[in-house]
Amino acid sequence: MSLATSPLSPQRRRFLTDGARMAGGCLMAGSGLTWLAQDARALPANALRPPGALGEDVFLAACIRCGLCVRDCPYDTLSLARLGADGPATGTPFFTARDVPCEMCDDIPCVAACPTGALDQGLASINEARMGTAVLVDQENCLNFLGLRCDVCYRVCPVIDEAITLELSHNNRSGHHAIFAPTVHADRCTGCGKCEQACVLPEAAIKVLPVRLARGASAEHYRKGWEEMQENGGPLVDGIIDLPDRLPGPGTDNLAAPGGFEPTFKLPGAGQ
Amino acid sequence: MKPTTAAPIGREAIEARGWLAAHRFLILRRLSQVFFLALFLVGPMLGWRLVDGTLAGSRTLGVLPLTDPFVALQGIVAGHWPEAAALSGALIVLAVYALIGGRVYCSWVCPINPVTDAAHWLHDRFGLQKGWQPRRHTRLWLLGTVLVVSALTGTIAWEIVNPITMMHRAIVFGAGFAWALVLLVFVFDLAVSRRGWCGHLCPVGAFYGILGRKSLLRVTAARRAACDDCMDCFAVCPENHVIAPALRGKDGATPLILSPDCTNCGRCIDVCSVDVFAFTHRFDNHVEATPNPPPARAGTRAA
Ligand code: SF4
Ligand code: SF4
Ligand code: SF4
Repeated sequence: MSLATSPLSPQRRRFLTDGARMAGGCLMAGSGLTWLAQDARALPANALRPPGALGEDVFLAACIRCGLCVRDCPYDTLSLARLGADGPATGTPFFTARDVPCEMCDDIPCVAACPTGALDQGLASINEARMGTAVLVDQENCLNFLGLRCDVCYRVCPVIDEAITLELSHNNRSGHHAIFAPTVHADRCTGCGKCEQACVLPEAAIKVLPVRLARGASAEHYRKGWEEMQENGGPLVDGIIDLPDRLPGPGTDNLAAPGGFEPTFKLPGAGQ
Repeated sequence: MKPTTAAPIGREAIEARGWLAAHRFLILRRLSQVFFLALFLVGPMLGWRLVDGTLAGSRTLGVLPLTDPFVALQGIVAGHWPEAAALSGALIVLAVYALIGGRVYCSWVCPINPVTDAAHWLHDRFGLQKGWQPRRHTRLWLLGTVLVVSALTGTIAWEIVNPITMMHRAIVFGAGFAWALVLLVFVFDLAVSRRGWCGHLCPVGAFYGILGRKSLLRVTAARRAACDDCMDCFAVCPENHVIAPALRGKDGATPLILSPDCTNCGRCIDVCSVDVFAFTHRFDNHVEATPNPPPARAGTRAA
């Protein structure tokens, strides 16, 4: 009962108000800092991380922003983001493909320099690096897609014929030429940015994007029947009924049944 | 008020020992600050690769890694265990500052120190009010907050706003708008809060303070009996609450300044005309008797 009546001693009262004030202040400061930290994760699409960089979700926990990777890059590809002037989290290393791409050094000096493992020391070969993925973003302006033979992006690729190939198709516009479509193969593209830098257009038609933007993802449970069939030497499930395929042509008799149903007569001029 | 108390700060020391001797630790400190900055700059400017990197992490002569242990700690609580280089670098720095006093970083290395010192000099010049004075341990709370935010967001949180590394990076790697942040600290210390940043808020200083709790290098007020109450040491000390326990200690109380807040800047040694203070180690407890105690002493004590 003395507890109920005795007022808080002045020291205790001060201690409590001080504590509450501090906690309040820290909550405010902490919320502000949290907001900034979340904001810092927004990596602009044209900023690429150095080879071997951990995923963006852990990179900001790992990189101490020492700049050793920047110093050791012999081509001055990398720079540390400057506050307010560059997009990525301030002080973190990045490069812009269109300005200075990565030259894909064999000894990967940037990774060797990184003291924290923000650039993964496990990156054995620069060909395994995935700084991003090249995407031919603008087929309407790409000279090769217009039917010309520019080929520059293809020629400069350090992983030529694997990361990027020229795929032939018929040029419908001219009717008798081919289109040599530069085609990126994401499983081999390192994202070095050479193609984007070399693109002769005033604004590159091929761009290296962060993998998260460049690529879709197949659902976990999707299986490609034709691949499975090849691996298995036959269908995975027994007793599948092969329904007749509908073929082009008039009438109801345009069905090709398994076993080779052939219509008994052919309409003249009907194609088949 | 005694005439010595009223006299401008440091006047008697300059008269007694000359300007240079009365500023020797201040000059040494500025030289040290320039030296540590220059180490990082000769690489980019002259091409001699002495020290690469920034204050957050560096490599000396291509071999010796050094890492800011506070940055490393944030990384760890954020969920990333650093590679051996960064980790050993952090341990080396940790060991050195644990020995010579954590806040030696603040007064001898940190590039923000000249900024806040300049702000304080102007603040004194203008005779401004001390303004908002949050408690000294606010920085400890902030330190805790930074670690919590690091853990929650999975980022090295303080590096997003840290004016120290921001300024250092700006000088060594290129500026952007980092100067705005430095200016903010300057204006804050000048107009909002006397000794506000380094003395009350900076969590980096708080971290290094904790680091140096048991440091070997200490300032002692061994000749405290000679003190003539000019109060100049209190005026120049950036953490002046640390002085009284040592200087005004009753008989038997240690003359060592043991508070982890002391930055070992040595300004008190500079500014004392009767040589009360000196650098020593933490086990040197001896107190010197005054050769000839000033007669006015008893009178001021009673007043
Ligand atoms: S691989 Fe070579 S060119 Fe590419 S970022 Fe690293 S050091 Fe620079
Ligand atoms: S070397 Fe590693 S820790 Fe240092 S800036 Fe580059 S990625 Fe970050
Ligand atoms: S980014 Fe371009 S040049 Fe580099 S590997 Fe990929 S396709 Fe080749």
